[in-house]
Amino acid sequence: MIKVENLVKRYGNVTASNHLNCHFKKGKITVILGGSGSGKSTLLRQITGLEKPDSGAVYFEGMDLTSLGKKKLYKLRKKMGMLFQGSALFNYLNIFENIAFPLREHTKIADNIIKTIVTMKLEMVGLRGTEDLMPSQLSGGMMKRVGLARAIVMDPKIIFYDEPTSGLDPISTGVIGKLIKDFNQALNITSVVVSHDIESSFKIADNIIILFYGDIIAEGTVEEIRNSDDLRVKQFINGEPEGPIPFTRTDKNYLDEILFD
Amino acid sequence: MEIAASLGRFTLNRLQILGRSGIFLFTSIFQAFSLPLRIKRLVKEIEFIGSKSFLIVFVTALFTGMVLGIQGYYSLSQFGADAALGIMVSLSIIRELGPVLCALMVTGRAGSAITAEIGIMKITDQFPALEMMAIDPLKYVISPKIFAGILSLPLLTAFFDLVGIAGGYLVGVKLLGVSEGAYLGKMVTAVTFTDIYGGILKSLCFGLLITWISSFMGFTAEPTTEGVSRATTNAVVLTSLSILIVDYILTSLLL
Repeated sequence: MIKVENLVKRYGNVTASNHLNCHFKKGKITVILGGSGSGKSTLLRQITGLEKPDSGAVYFEGMDLTSLGKKKLYKLRKKMGMLFQGSALFNYLNIFENIAFPLREHTKIADNIIKTIVTMKLEMVGLRGTEDLMPSQLSGGMMKRVGLARAIVMDPKIIFYDEPTSGLDPISTGVIGKLIKDFNQALNITSVVVSHDIESSFKIADNIIILFYGDIIAEGTVEEIRNSDDLRVKQFINGEPEGPIPFTRTDKNYLDEILFD
Repeated sequence: MEIAASLGRFTLNRLQILGRSGIFLFTSIFQAFSLPLRIKRLVKEIEFIGSKSFLIVFVTALFTGMVLGIQGYYSLSQFGADAALGIMVSLSIIRELGPVLCALMVTGRAGSAITAEIGIMKITDQFPALEMMAIDPLKYVISPKIFAGILSLPLLTAFFDLVGIAGGYLVGVKLLGVSEGAYLGKMVTAVTFTDIYGGILKSLCFGLLITWISSFMGFTAEPTTEGVSRATTNAVVLTSLSILIVDYILTSLLL
């Protein structure tokens, strides 16, 4: 479905994507795991076309996203859905209008049918009855579910999830995980999830990619990742503070710095 | 050397921001004419920038006119020219105070709100969300605001002029006893089309300035709470100063 080839992105001295090659398979849930600053959000922004890479290509259904003009990119985007970390609901529209927004913008569907579609999507995320509320009246977990309903309202082929479970309580985390799985299985939607939540990722993932400072250090099924011999992968999935991934970020010798300054 | 380098860097930085804001403006204006036209969004923005500013413009205009009535009467009557009060009030309001004060009030009321709104949309990822829904954020959010500014300000200024002159009339004629015929009659002969045209032209420019600067500040705000509050302050300060400077330039060109 999406193929990433030799993707490079640098911000000043920091390399966020270091010649990345990976593949997001059709109908599967692929989770991009990594710590803060590992370049996972940057990768997501590049495969959605929100950001242009310095070099390399992203193929979506055979077309290179990075070289497309705005019109063609927008056409492709109608096949994509995205759930943002903060849900990104429009705060001046109520829940109904938020979900109906893409339909109103891109289709000429009649109002009564829009109402049916929105009701169906709200039912899927278990929030029927909240139509007239404003986003500020909902909890974080509920906002995520509304965001999810909005992401699927155009029946996309692929959904991107940016940290779908961060900042949620355990039950909401479980609900979102279940919804991602449901959409993937019932609607056959390809899913790309960016996350640092190991436990919930292992529950839903078909494939996992682990990023570390711009490099892919592991790629495979949940089992393969669990049984990986790579010390960095072991440290990451077990959440150990000590290991090959350093606790401090500077190379300067600590004693030198405090004694001779 | 150090000073020259940092001066150069500073200048380049400012020029870059200026260039970016120019591209921002032209894209927004250009995008506004691509289909589909966003008439509904435009009307909504006109309601926010224009209609909701009526009360504040009314009060400002009324008191400005009344003060001009008192001050004008005081100075003019010193050499027995109080019959010219109408001319003084109307010319100063139509040529200068109407467009400038009106623009400053709208900056404080709507400009700051525009920056804050756009800044918060940025913090909460609403721009990439629009992008992902295949909707151009500049066209959807910014263009209607800029055109609403250009359309609203001249109308508000016309309203300001009317109320201001009425305020001068209240104080001058009803309170201080200037003859009604002199106040209104001389005004009609003294105010030319050029005066009115100049005032309206100014208000058009101010309308553009307010929405342009406020939108750009919000759009480029650092995506943090402090970033947005700083952008809001900067937008109000920068817009107000630009209005006064552009006012001088336009006045000197029009005279």
